[in-house]
Amino acid sequence: MKYTLTVLVENRPGVLTHISGLISRRAFNIESIAAGPTEETDTTRITIGVEVEDEFELEQVVNQLSKLINVIKIVNLTYVDSIQRELALIKVRANKANRSDLVDIVEIFRAKIVDVNRETLVVELSGEESKIDALCEVLADFGIIEIVRTGRIAVSRGPVPAKEM
Amino acid sequence: MRMLGAEVVIECLKKEEVDIVFGYPGGAVLTLYDALFKTKFPHILTRHEQGAVHAADGYARATGKTGVCFATSGPGGTNLVTGIATAYMDSIPLVAITGQVGVSLIGKDSFQEADICGITTPITKHNYLVKKIQDLPRVMKEAFYIARTGRPGPVVIDISKDVFNDILDFEYPNSVCLRGYRSTFSGDSAKIDSVVEALEKAEKPVIFVGGGVNISGMSEEIRKLIQMTGIPVMSSLMGLGCIPSDLPEQLGMVGMHGTYAANMATIDCDLLMGIGVRFDDRVTSLVKNFAPKATIIHFDIDPAEVNKNVRADLKIVGDLRWSLPLLCEKVAGRSLTKEQWASLEWTDIVQEWKREKPLSSSLPKGGIRPQDVIEKVSELTQGDAIIVTDVGQHQMWTAQSYNFNKQRSFLTSGGLGTMGYGLPAAIGAQITLPDKAVVLFTGDGSIMMNCQELATVADNGLPLKIIVMNNQVLGMVNQWQRMFYGQRYSHSSTKGCTDFVKLAEAMGVAGLRVTKPEDLNMILEKALQMEGPVLVDVLLPETEDVLPMVPPGGRLDQMVLRGGI
Ligand SMILES: Cc1ncc(C[n+]2csc(CCOP(=O)(O)OP(=O)(O)O)c2C)c(N)n1
Ligand SMILES: [Mg+2]
Repeated sequence: MKYTLTVLVENRPGVLTHISGLISRRAFNIESIAAGPTEETDTTRITIGVEVEDEFELEQVVNQLSKLINVIKIVNLTYVDSIQRELALIKVRANKANRSDLVDIVEIFRAKIVDVNRETLVVELSGEESKIDALCEVLADFGIIEIVRTGRIAVSRGPVPAKEM
Repeated sequence: MRMLGAEVVIECLKKEEVDIVFGYPGGAVLTLYDALFKTKFPHILTRHEQGAVHAADGYARATGKTGVCFATSGPGGTNLVTGIATAYMDSIPLVAITGQVGVSLIGKDSFQEADICGITTPITKHNYLVKKIQDLPRVMKEAFYIARTGRPGPVVIDISKDVFNDILDFEYPNSVCLRGYRSTFSGDSAKIDSVVEALEKAEKPVIFVGGGVNISGMSEEIRKLIQMTGIPVMSSLMGLGCIPSDLPEQLGMVGMHGTYAANMATIDCDLLMGIGVRFDDRVTSLVKNFAPKATIIHFDIDPAEVNKNVRADLKIVGDLRWSLPLLCEKVAGRSLTKEQWASLEWTDIVQEWKREKPLSSSLPKGGIRPQDVIEKVSELTQGDAIIVTDVGQHQMWTAQSYNFNKQRSFLTSGGLGTMGYGLPAAIGAQITLPDKAVVLFTGDGSIMMNCQELATVADNGLPLKIIVMNNQVLGMVNQWQRMFYGQRYSHSSTKGCTDFVKLAEAMGVAGLRVTKPEDLNMILEKALQMEGPVLVDVLLPETEDVLPMVPPGGRLDQMVLRGGI
């Protein structure tokens, strides 16, 4: 089963080391991890995508992470009505002959072309992971040079922030 | 007051009521050692950093106070690693202060640089790298707070050399502000009512105590609970000492080398109440066969322990200093007789197991049996000593045969099983409890892993009693090779030229040797009466096994007992 956890941590040196150290030591199966600053300067927000066997394993992940001194709060957004997004930049091979096909695909996916040159172009897409997977699959036919993905981030719908959940 | 960073460290130690530190100097901590010199702050120079950290650990286990050790950067810090991991596995409050290279040299593979925070992240409760003197008082305050509150554990403070030499107008913070750290004390008291109900309903209950009871100092509450209810009680290795061994309800240790009665009771019970335990695999063997018929109740301070190894039906998360007094109060409130709590039928069965297969030795009386050595010391000290062990067969025999009566009286590396732990840990205990008998049972293998600390013992005049259970083999390894590897004794003999008596004497510790069974009692008596430190080399037969033994992967009732499988 896959879950999305929002982890609010103190913005202090070493905190990411502690999180990644714990994940590796406990052999947790992490799909994605995305960290960034928040509305509070002293707080960093990390979204962790985790794959576990059952609820007991999830409970372990949450309890072990909670034990880290700099972890302020963990919210399981999986069952909360929320928006999940990931940003991807995909560099594909493109030439005169197939460029217009590429533009069509980009439009269908509501993606954007953010860089063009003679041989390649860079496509930007934000969306749920499955949508990005789908675009990558289609673009594979053209020859993908490189893919960068941020890992998913998530926020709940409605007025209540994670820190108050 | 304006002072050097090094002096700030010492001032903080004073504020935290630290009365002694164990350590070893070097380049990155020279200014810190200079401050020790100027302030005359008590410090014990061990002969190896591993000795310093285990000594701080022994000090902490024996007293409940936070142990402190110092080491220099690089190799100093890496020499602490085993000791930090040992303390971490057994939840021991410890603050390890290491020097780090100058701020501008960090990350440059500088001389004696090692990333000690990176290295110790998985084996500490928390760690800090201090690069600015302004952070130092806060970090010191937080480190001690974190080490000793909640579930205790080791904290590393890595301080750059520049910080020791910098100057600060010192003020110690009054409180800590850690947004993400809650040290749980009380929990949901309604759940204690459910525990009482479950206990009342159970027909075959057992209580299982662990290190948490020693750490929280709640052995008196456990005794009360047993005396009120008559429920049989067993212990993990770390829980020994919490239950007086003369209590008829006590079944001794459970698990791989547990007693027949404790292991049988675990398999047969219909309720198992684990208190301050973590259901380690040395206790449970295969988890799915552990207490298969029982409702499991789990008391622990750490929410992450509950459901980690064994799934609990009732979880009581909170400090045992909150939950156990409350439980006792509620149990007392029921005014039931012992027989109503634990049926006579069940307690009779359990007592029968105890009688049927008590612990025994395969060796004939007449030879020197390891169990006799421990029983004699037990008798001579009347359970009123701090008993320390190393790791191996002698550790298990001590756990099985010494009659413990007091909490915090048994210091052993349970979780990590660190050979070499014993001697320095005994030093730490003896220094803080100078008037107490401190006895170390060690092995011919283990003693060599930190034997340099005999010098620390002698030079500080510590009246330690060191008993080398000398079977001339790495006995526990030997036993496994005998049982599971077709008696192919690969590299497990220590037979050679080492003379432990001379080794002791060379470092200034008196040495005695027991070779004949008829001398055993006399020499042990003499050793325990001697004023100063003494090492007794007791020659034992090679092939005695620690039994009972649950073979790895077996069920607790499938023990190998004396007289064949
Ligand atoms: C540092 C370390 N290395 C290796 C081991 C594995 N080990 C466990 S018990 C043991 C033998 C200990 O021998 P000794 O101290 O003579 O004790 P005995 O079992 O003979 O009583 C060994 C090698 C360990 N526990 N710790
Ligand atoms: Mg040995």
